[in-house]
Amino acid sequence: MSAALLAFERDYSVQRRRSRLTFLAVTGVMLALFLLSAHASNFFLVTQVTLADGSRAERWVIGAGLPRLGEYISKTIPELSWATLGSDLADWFGRWRIWAVLLLETVLIAFMATVLGVIGGFVLSFPAARNLSPNRWVLWLSRRYLEIARTVPELVFALIFVFCFGIGPLAGVLAIGLHTAGALGKLYSEANENIDMRPLDGVKAAGGSWFDMIRYGAVPQVLPNVLSYTLLRFEINVRASSIIGYVGAGGLGQEFRTAMSYQEYTDLSALFIIILVTVTVIDRLSEMLRHRVIGLEARA
Amino acid sequence: MTPKTVTAAEIAAARAAHPLAFRAPLNVRLRRAALWTGFALLYCWCLYDFDVSPARIWEGLGRLGRVLSFMFPPHVWTEWREFSEILKGLGETLSMAFLGTLLGAVIAFPLCFLGAKNINRLPILRFTVRRGFDIIRAFETLILALIFIRAFGLGPLAGVLAIAVGEIGVLAKLYAEAIENTSTKPVDGVVASGGSRTQSIRFAVLPQVWPVLLSITLYNFESNVRSGTILGIVGAGGIGFLLADRIGAYRWDEAWSIIFLIIAMVYLIDWLSGLIRARFIGTWEGAR
Repeated sequence: MSAALLAFERDYSVQRRRSRLTFLAVTGVMLALFLLSAHASNFFLVTQVTLADGSRAERWVIGAGLPRLGEYISKTIPELSWATLGSDLADWFGRWRIWAVLLLETVLIAFMATVLGVIGGFVLSFPAARNLSPNRWVLWLSRRYLEIARTVPELVFALIFVFCFGIGPLAGVLAIGLHTAGALGKLYSEANENIDMRPLDGVKAAGGSWFDMIRYGAVPQVLPNVLSYTLLRFEINVRASSIIGYVGAGGLGQEFRTAMSYQEYTDLSALFIIILVTVTVIDRLSEMLRHRVIGLEARA
Repeated sequence: MTPKTVTAAEIAAARAAHPLAFRAPLNVRLRRAALWTGFALLYCWCLYDFDVSPARIWEGLGRLGRVLSFMFPPHVWTEWREFSEILKGLGETLSMAFLGTLLGAVIAFPLCFLGAKNINRLPILRFTVRRGFDIIRAFETLILALIFIRAFGLGPLAGVLAIAVGEIGVLAKLYAEAIENTSTKPVDGVVASGGSRTQSIRFAVLPQVWPVLLSITLYNFESNVRSGTILGIVGAGGIGFLLADRIGAYRWDEAWSIIFLIIAMVYLIDWLSGLIRARFIGTWEGAR
């Protein structure tokens, strides 16, 4: 066997051994993490359950819960039959007047919150962009602010704002708006960092201030991106506002809570269908709008 | 040479010669005005409908200021018993996110092949599977958690399962798209050397997508840590329960400290997974 071949065989076996060791180590770490988190989250918990004949037995929690889950879900499915379809549907969506009002409220909460978030995120995205920020302190401060605003979930903000502004949609608007400002500010500032700096130099050379540079140099370049991110966020906010009512911040979420606590099972499925249809419709509409905007941009 | 200055007369002449450069045509201006008016009217109507008044905002801001004033100095738990409870909550949130993502990934991995165009050649089956993923994604994690609480009782287990089920929809879709983006050349190579379809998946497709799948999973773990912090508000375990409890009892200083800890934990996870990604995986262009 030639020397080159021998060297290859040796290197190959070393490589094999190393990758096998890495695999073992990674598997070991993952297994340890799995067991640790399974322990912390009661994954393998065994509890006592009452059997049908009244005796107690030890059962794995997930195994015992799965049939109950099926039972619960099957309870939410209403009885529909062809003969009485009309009245069955009327019964299922019996609260449609209330739901229609709350659905409108949900979409309006998302709308207002998106506008607030766009304003906040847009204004802060320029100081938070590395290439546009006037100085390091402004950059640091605006970045931290945006990070905190998007790290804290909107439901937490909602809990705080419900205390401050009372129960109702105002708290939801402010909570989702604040979170949106954080999320959009990051995306916008990333768009800002990718712009061509030459138009800004042009504005500066013509004697423009920092604001002029942003207004006439940066904004026209990022506007299509901003619009596309905003529409995407609006969809996300419709989902968010549909559950934010759970803590009393307006919208359909409060109906979820009511239906759950009064055990109105079929209401749950009706509410779910309403939200699903709304979100799908908004998805489609904004996708159409977005494609038009992007198409316009490509043609220009 | 002195710089050329533009006189008012020259500007007027230019304006007369090229009116479109100075002003948009009338119909464009009208459409723009109508759009903005409609927008403003809708917003004003929202303000009216939501009963927003300056007095209410002012009063709320005053209360918010008082709440914020409890932020500093932040509450520091002096008793280990209390602090360990908080740490346990944070650990529970992390475990929920980890286990949920892991379970979701394990279930989504085989399913994603059914949704990938280059693996599953039956359009009807692929379409059905894809819509199935969409339906799962339509369930908000919080709503899933509420449902699972009814079946498995209060506690982190409901949170784990809610995250896991939600992740099946998300991960299976992203995995399927990653598989569709692979190159067909290695597959041709395996087939040319006599490999079966299973072998072409194992030796040509999978090696290409491994890093992408890991990267996607890591990103979803991060986002699950963020979203998992609230599951406790509805009773599905983790730090959210402790936070909602403190806010409900108006113990704002402790609530703020918990929020700080959540932010710190999320930072730490972001940083760590950034390290892991840079070290082992490489970048994924779909990163959010």
